[in-house]
Amino acid sequence: MHELSVVMGIVSIATEKAREAEASVIDEIELDIGKLSNIEMDAFEFAWEQGVKETMLENTVKTIHRIEGKAKCLACKTEFAIEQLYDPCPVCGQYASDIIQGKELRIKSLVVN
Amino acid sequence: MCATCGCDSNGNITLHEPGHEEEHHHDHSHSHEKKIVEVEQDILHQNNLLAERNRGYFEAKNILAMNLVSSPGSGKTALLERTLTDLKRQFDFYVIEGDQQTHLDADRIHATGTRVVQINTKKGCHLDAHMILHALQGMKPKENSVLFIENVGNLVCPASFDLGEKERVVIMSVTEGEDKPLKYPEMFHTSTLCIINKTDLLPYVPFNIEKAKEYARRINHRLTIIELSCLTGEGLHQWYDWLRARVPLPEPA
Repeated sequence: MHELSVVMGIVSIATEKAREAEASVIDEIELDIGKLSNIEMDAFEFAWEQGVKETMLENTVKTIHRIEGKAKCLACKTEFAIEQLYDPCPVCGQYASDIIQGKELRIKSLVVN
Repeated sequence: MCATCGCDSNGNITLHEPGHEEEHHHDHSHSHEKKIVEVEQDILHQNNLLAERNRGYFEAKNILAMNLVSSPGSGKTALLERTLTDLKRQFDFYVIEGDQQTHLDADRIHATGTRVVQINTKKGCHLDAHMILHALQGMKPKENSVLFIENVGNLVCPASFDLGEKERVVIMSVTEGEDKPLKYPEMFHTSTLCIINKTDLLPYVPFNIEKAKEYARRINHRLTIIELSCLTGEGLHQWYDWLRARVPLPEPA
């Protein structure tokens, strides 16, 4: 259930950024959560509900961009979509590849008031 | 800056709420004004900063720090007990123990004569860089030493939290399924060494060790794999060789 730690991280960064902007309300938050970022979305939603209580994010509308996983095959250099870390290269069948996208876990922007 | 009245001074983009434009009469109440704040910040940023701080401390003091991760019961503590006992004349060891509750593991490590700090995470499912920072402040490991951090037994959450370690060692045992790497890929993907423990039990369990290794390498082609048994000592020399090759040599005086 590290998703709660992730939510608490979001609360702390967003609160700091909102204060820097001299805002009192965070209306919206935009998050990038890659599909290979080790976040279980059901657990995240549950953690969100609990974690934002009595914070500036309590009534914030959140938008989550799920970023697709992408890897580059070490053997044939093909870039391909992956859903699991163990997906083989669709061209040459090799498992040795480097992840180039999908591990994102970041706050993109806030709309504050 | 607000194009209508120039009320915003700090340079962030301003937005006007659709449907409220006609209400903008320069009365400077501004309750309808929204600002977009571009954040673009990693959510684990704070942890990663502290992890880098720990890493800098380890590098400056020439300390080899390792993060030991596994599911509960794979033999992390037993591997440590054996290693500390066998090699204590060769290296200065320190151990940080992570468990939700109790100091049972710290007591076991203490019995080997090794300096140990126990972190109880209570409801927490993983160690983070901040906890390690505080444990280090109390422990003050010596230069040229070796630090083992035994994480909370959990193959999921600790994968996301960099502690500042040089090596991440994932331990699995032959009493678990050979499909563990596929089921918990993130942990195998972020580790540098995989130890397959309890090989003395291979004749009694339906564990296909070749399959386990193949699955682990599918996830992480850089992974080194060592098979051993803490009970019989079989294969331990490979682990000790791996360790010796990584222990930093003292800086020449």
